[in-house]
Amino acid sequence: MEQQKTFVEDIERTLYDIRNEDHSVYKTERGLTEEIIRDISRQKKDPAWMLDFRLQSLEKYYRIPLPVWGPDISELNMDDIVTYVRPGGKMAGNWQEVPEEIKATFDRLGIPEAERTSLSGVGAQYDSEVVYHRVQKELSDQGVIYTDFETAVHEYEDIVKEYFMKLVPPKDHKFAALHGAVWSGGSFVYVPEGVHVDIPLQSYFRLNAAGAGQFEHTLIICEKNSSLHFIEGCSAPRYNVTNLHAGCVELYVKEGARLRYSTIENWSRNMMNLNTKRALVEKDGLIEWVSGSFGSHVSCLYPSSILHGENARCEFTGVTFASRGQDLDTGATVVMLAPNTSANINTRTISKSGGAATYRSAVKVTPGAKGAKCLVNCESLLLDEKSRSDTLPVMDIETDDVEIGHEAKIGRISDEAIFYLTSRGIAEEEAQAMIVRGFVEPVAKALPLEYAVEMNNLINLELVGSMG
Amino acid sequence: MTETLLEIHDLHAGAAGREILKGIDLTIQKGEVHVILGPNGSGKSTLMNVIMGHPGYQVTEGSLTFEGKDITALKTFERARAGIFLSFQTPEEIPGITVENMLRTARQAITGKRERIFGFRKELKEMMEELQIDPSYSERYLNVGFSGGEKKRNEILQLLMLRPKLALLDETDSGLDVDAVQIVSRGVSKFHNGDNACLIITHNARILDKLKVDRVHVLKQGRIVEEGGPELVDQINRDGFGHIKETTE
Repeated sequence: MEQQKTFVEDIERTLYDIRNEDHSVYKTERGLTEEIIRDISRQKKDPAWMLDFRLQSLEKYYRIPLPVWGPDISELNMDDIVTYVRPGGKMAGNWQEVPEEIKATFDRLGIPEAERTSLSGVGAQYDSEVVYHRVQKELSDQGVIYTDFETAVHEYEDIVKEYFMKLVPPKDHKFAALHGAVWSGGSFVYVPEGVHVDIPLQSYFRLNAAGAGQFEHTLIICEKNSSLHFIEGCSAPRYNVTNLHAGCVELYVKEGARLRYSTIENWSRNMMNLNTKRALVEKDGLIEWVSGSFGSHVSCLYPSSILHGENARCEFTGVTFASRGQDLDTGATVVMLAPNTSANINTRTISKSGGAATYRSAVKVTPGAKGAKCLVNCESLLLDEKSRSDTLPVMDIETDDVEIGHEAKIGRISDEAIFYLTSRGIAEEEAQAMIVRGFVEPVAKALPLEYAVEMNNLINLELVGSMG
Repeated sequence: MTETLLEIHDLHAGAAGREILKGIDLTIQKGEVHVILGPNGSGKSTLMNVIMGHPGYQVTEGSLTFEGKDITALKTFERARAGIFLSFQTPEEIPGITVENMLRTARQAITGKRERIFGFRKELKEMMEELQIDPSYSERYLNVGFSGGEKKRNEILQLLMLRPKLALLDETDSGLDVDAVQIVSRGVSKFHNGDNACLIITHNARILDKLKVDRVHVLKQGRIVEEGGPELVDQINRDGFGHIKETTE
């Protein structure tokens, strides 16, 4: 019965850590030069406007300084990051055609199995390129588009041109500029007016090559009165060199549409996760973010919701778990621009074994947002003395006619609670894991089932040292 | 034939460098009910906590033997798995963990066997009915928002579901009204049989109504100062602790 470890200094990540030989067919030189950008663009057969876009972004990247707030990212040396790594083989529409080794990796992570059982479309990205993409025929018959981003640039060029990096312009910050210059892979989803995609679509991002960057672009457009649940999963094996993830997610939620965007991020502990996610929500639209941050060395992640139309709503649910060697700075941003908009932010952060977790949020209520409602609830749990937890909720309210609620709590696991559970025969680590699971439970409820299971497994990995 | 369940030998224990228990000797046989009486601050709860292995207390001398095995160095969960159970005087509130989830996890930890959800749920429901606990409480978080009486009944529910060999009941009857004491008392007598034993701290003789008390120990300033049969309970209820002299070595 007793197979739990007594103390877990660093977790077993065997499942995520299996790394494959680097069989990529093409790699750029290290560092970032105009020549590299032209190279990437040529490889991708970009249209001319896209090459221009990349080069302009590169200019901005050179000019914009690193952010002066948030976690320390000085150890990131862009010259050491290989920006573009293309795996062997072509993109497949059939799982059997995916190269064996890559297939085995995704098999281990349960990706095709999830497709068979609970998803209506799946995309899988390995390093810089999408290796597999598939969507159910009923959906494509209704006009739903779900494809890798390179295909979208060629086949749906007008739509891409209209929306691509309009919500997150390269001038936004250094990593947005970098993304604009070197983006590769990602997903494009278009849901036509009135279409409801009842079963979730999922993209899984896997970074295998050492010292590489992943810069996938996700663009989702939900037309009027449509609905979609999109799930994004990420992982990478551990290397001793720094990897960089600077993806970009742009979500357009049109009038009366609903979009749920779920992420469980479990990058390895050498990853700098500097991702930018933003949603523009029109009248009566709803964006629901579900965000689980478990991996990476450093994360800066604050999905933002721009509530542009009347009655536009945002629901944000997040769990962050920082352990040894991790500095996870996560939260949310909401900008309320129209009357009767509402936002509900609900987060749980946990820090353990010297990990640092910061909750950071910014809510801006503009003068136009009469009757706006905003509720922020952020709770933190510290598992030991060595760890750190900070809460930085910023609110900028420019109208009187507004309802704002804010609740922040930082707590510890009480020794008496552990004694109570262990006196019932439950081992200490399991007791702690139960309390942590209980702490995140209100948030875990929002997750799709298989992700709730994965999250529980991750908590068990962290605290008990074994999978469920 | 008697079989020794718990043997406490010359137990000295304390917290934060202060000795609270100053040489306790106590032997409990299977099938017995023992009662500990004593004024406030005499070390009754400390004794319970030390038997359960509370990490806040240190044993400085002496030993605890359970079913012939020295458990002095065992951790709390190992003692629980060996068959010791503590009904807390003030049970902890633990948000996020339901009564059912905790009990099923605990049962599996103790027996080492997987519990089937439906069988377990049925058994739990029956026990809850017996203790007049609203069935919806199985889905509630452990003791969160429970009244004092509900917490105590929840302790007895756990006792009945986990079926330990030795039940330590720390003032399980305190703060309860007459009816609630009846329910708790019925629960304890339902639990008790020839294969297990109870060690009870009480200020209220009524919880003992349905039990046959074998031995009574009076604790004062960390020592057992008097021992006797069930008649001692009535005597102390009548006369208080004043007449009992502190023993000196």
